[in-house]
Amino acid sequence: MIPLYWYVLFATALFCIGLFGVLTRKNSVAILMGIELMLNAVNVNLLAFWRYLYADPTVEPTRGLAFVAIVFVAASAEAAVGLALIISAYRRRDTVVAEELDLLKG
Amino acid sequence: MPIQIFFLIVAAITLISAVMVVTVRRMMHAALWLVLSLFGVALIFALLDASFYAVIQLIVYIGAIAILVIFAVMLTRRVMDDDAAQTNKNWWVALIAVLVVFGGIAATALSWTRLQVGPGIPPGDSILVDFGTALINPQKYAIPFEVSSVLLLAAVIGAIYVAVDRKGGKG
Amino acid sequence: MNSFWADPIGFVILWFISLLQGWGLPGDLVLLISYVVGALLLATGSLLLVIFLIWVERKIGGRVQDRLGPNRVGPYGLIQPIADMLKIFTKEFITPDGADKLVYNLAPILSVGSVIMIWAVVPFAINLYGSNLNVGVLYIVAVGGLGELGIILAGWGSNNKFALLGAFRAVAQLLSYEVPMVASLLIPVMLAGSMNLNEIVRAQTVPFIVMAPIAALIFFISSIAENGRAPFDLLEAESEIVAGFNVEYSGLKFGFFFVGDFLHAFTLALLFAVIFLGGWNGPAADSIPILGFVYLMIKTTIVYFLGLLVRFSLPRFRIDQMMALNWKVLVPLSLATLMLTAIFDKLAPAGNLLVQVIVLVLVNLIIWLLLQEFLARAFRDKPQRRAVLHSRPQADAAEDAPAQPQTDAMQS
Repeated sequence: MIPLYWYVLFATALFCIGLFGVLTRKNSVAILMGIELMLNAVNVNLLAFWRYLYADPTVEPTRGLAFVAIVFVAASAEAAVGLALIISAYRRRDTVVAEELDLLKG
Repeated sequence: MPIQIFFLIVAAITLISAVMVVTVRRMMHAALWLVLSLFGVALIFALLDASFYAVIQLIVYIGAIAILVIFAVMLTRRVMDDDAAQTNKNWWVALIAVLVVFGGIAATALSWTRLQVGPGIPPGDSILVDFGTALINPQKYAIPFEVSSVLLLAAVIGAIYVAVDRKGGKG
Repeated sequence: MNSFWADPIGFVILWFISLLQGWGLPGDLVLLISYVVGALLLATGSLLLVIFLIWVERKIGGRVQDRLGPNRVGPYGLIQPIADMLKIFTKEFITPDGADKLVYNLAPILSVGSVIMIWAVVPFAINLYGSNLNVGVLYIVAVGGLGELGIILAGWGSNNKFALLGAFRAVAQLLSYEVPMVASLLIPVMLAGSMNLNEIVRAQTVPFIVMAPIAALIFFISSIAENGRAPFDLLEAESEIVAGFNVEYSGLKFGFFFVGDFLHAFTLALLFAVIFLGGWNGPAADSIPILGFVYLMIKTTIVYFLGLLVRFSLPRFRIDQMMALNWKVLVPLSLATLMLTAIFDKLAPAGNLLVQVIVLVLVNLIIWLLLQEFLARAFRDKPQRRAVLHSRPQADAAEDAPAQPQTDAMQS
């Protein structure tokens, strides 16, 4: 039997590793990979709570599933647009390093 | 007992691949480690009796988003890219901040007694049918469903518009 | 049910489990060992089947093309695949300079592994299946995505611009043809009410090829395209960008791609038989499971034979023709069929199978006629501008002058 806090700790660890990737990496595509890890951690968290509260009569049983569906859709849309932006920026500026994309710097 | 060992192994594989994603030097290897960690997350979904989402994770994340990431890595590659430093200079500040965040959330989670419970009744075979009817039920989740489809349409159109190579345009 | 002749495979499984329990192992370990052995046997069996498939393909291909096929090595050329295997095993592995070793070696493994993984969910008989997955149809689509990942890794890991280009085109084709394949797979799922392949087989009192023929046709075409066989074989044809993404692979690594290709063809024929032709359904298949397996194999070989005929008869598509076929014809057709089948399946009175079948057949017929009309209009040749034939003064003057200067030149 796996208690719920195992899944919550796992999701938190995955989220923090993704956060570390976003804060630390230079390459924009690597930052996007960190964002994908964070979204996956959120999905694990949502599904863990859905599963463990499934027997609870006050909770509607498909609510967690609907949440996860919306997170999947949002993650896919964001990955597609983000990568399109990165490729377009690479064509204009010939770099994907996030530090060097600083045209708006005052 | 065996299911706990299985969970520990899968969680270890996923977390180690996630650490590899954020630390390896070559971007292609980072993308492959990302595929492995997404696969590990799919196994965790299967452990949570959400087999539908395990397979959707395989299709959407590994079959589409990971391939998109690999394409982006291939298309934005310069000659001497992978030999330069891949992390920012003050990465230890980020490490401390992340450890603080993790410690805070972990301490809070461990102090809630409601999180010590085990799983209750497993979802029956009709959970997919119930989910399907809930997604189109106007009282339940029809509106988020339709809005998310509009979001996907906007993302598709936006991505095409941003990434199309306009010859002779601004550049 | 336990007699050896009616159900040999089930009999052997039960004997094996009782043998392991007789050795005193705990119940969980027995289950784990039986799962592992079952998976190994399934994978090995499918790979051994490929040896026979190579011979079948070359022999039938030869006959379709009015030649004999291999007939030197062994009676009727039956040992030819063994000779091919020996040749491939003994070739040297040449890894290109600068290739990313991890990526280069991972690609063939993913490519073959993703095909064998499909065999885990196929129901071979009433009680013979690898895994009773509730989302079996989605699992098949997901595993196809892993195969595409293998192709990209092959193109990238070869450190070769042409391999990379070939991999890009291959992935473009595979990702595009996944859309009509998934949409046409949804129609039998709708008609059966479940994504479980066992349930789909059980729900086919009337085979789904009768109730959804257009979906079957779309699935057939897009499965040939997903596989990369002719006429969609510009992924790997020798004249297309130096054989595509697997140009830098030699020896057994190329053999992996080769085996994966052949096994994928058979696997897709197997899926077509399971989903559209009724799987192991047939007379007396419920009580004698081995007969169900035999029926499934017969149906699969019929579909595989059809695929072979298509392969050896049709010329190859260009990539723009292929993309036009997919996005302009197959995707709208599959989505329209999906919507209309959903609507009319609900409108037909439930419980009356004959009326349901007739309604669906009529709907499919109407869609087919509309499709013919649309294709005739859209792809009609544009009327050519008539060439205006007015006289050309220079040519007329040359006509009047006889051919004398030329004969003078020839004489001198």
